[in-house]
Amino acid sequence: MSKHVDEMAIEISHEEVVNAKVTLGFWTYLMTDCVLFASLFATYAVLHGNTFGGPSGKDIFDLPYIFVETMILLVSSFTTGLAMIAARKNNKDQVLTWLIVTGLLGAAFLIMELTEFSHLISDGHSWTVSAFLSSYFTLVGTHGLHILTGLLWLTVLITKLFRQDITSTLMRRLTLFSMFWHFLDVIWVGIFTVVYLMGAL
Amino acid sequence: MNEQAEGLKRRGMHGGIGSYVTGFVLSIGMTVVSFILVASHLLTSLGTLVVIVTLAALQIIVQLFFFLHLGRESKPRWNIYILLFALMVVVIIIGGSLWIMHNLDRYMIMTPEQINTYMHNNEGL
Repeated sequence: MSKHVDEMAIEISHEEVVNAKVTLGFWTYLMTDCVLFASLFATYAVLHGNTFGGPSGKDIFDLPYIFVETMILLVSSFTTGLAMIAARKNNKDQVLTWLIVTGLLGAAFLIMELTEFSHLISDGHSWTVSAFLSSYFTLVGTHGLHILTGLLWLTVLITKLFRQDITSTLMRRLTLFSMFWHFLDVIWVGIFTVVYLMGAL
Repeated sequence: MNEQAEGLKRRGMHGGIGSYVTGFVLSIGMTVVSFILVASHLLTSLGTLVVIVTLAALQIIVQLFFFLHLGRESKPRWNIYILLFALMVVVIIIGGSLWIMHNLDRYMIMTPEQINTYMHNNEGL
């Protein structure tokens, strides 16, 4: 009996070590992504006044619309957390429900962002107009691209969950996805404040 | 024993429902306050700016703590060190860019036409 318990303890600690390493590695990636966004924020901060006769942020941003977008992303970050809690309880149906809700909210966010972009472009405010608009589209577009990547990743996870139970591998992948999604919301807090709120001042 | 083992297995960087709800409510509150301040022009421009930047910084800390569960893992806390290093790089990139570009802007006496002439005369420089 005691030997059996010892073996189990060793197995658990091995898995914990693997989990800790994978999580730390992914965290390191997120921090390098943070540096990428810092460069884009710096570019935007330097260029946001250079409108070259074109519109400034105040003229083109629809604040209430962006506020709804922000709320949608925030709620999706929360539902990811709910999915993780359900996963730890091994409640597969709940995990699937919350992940699908997260995916729908993420898709709604992305569609709203693309709608905003297409309105700007059809109004003649594309990224070719001024340094301000170039840096704006690059910063916000890079975040949108991350959201798109997250949605593809989420689709893979949901498909896998439909086919199999929550194994330790799948649990690890869910954890990494939740970190990625929470991180994107943290970046959006910066974009919402620096680009939209400060732009409207 | 089995239950204990399961518990051990799933321990790690995570929190319960309370942690997520707290983070969610705080984040919503801060976003709404920032939005209302900017939309309603209650304060002066500078006042609003100070408040919304502070709220954004607080919200990022709240989300790191309650959503990403930073600081709850066992020592040594490598992820905190990596975060601090990244933060230093971020400050250098953003602060440095603004500083350098502001100085360039301020001390560049030439007008755009003069710059064009200068570059034309010194072609191949």
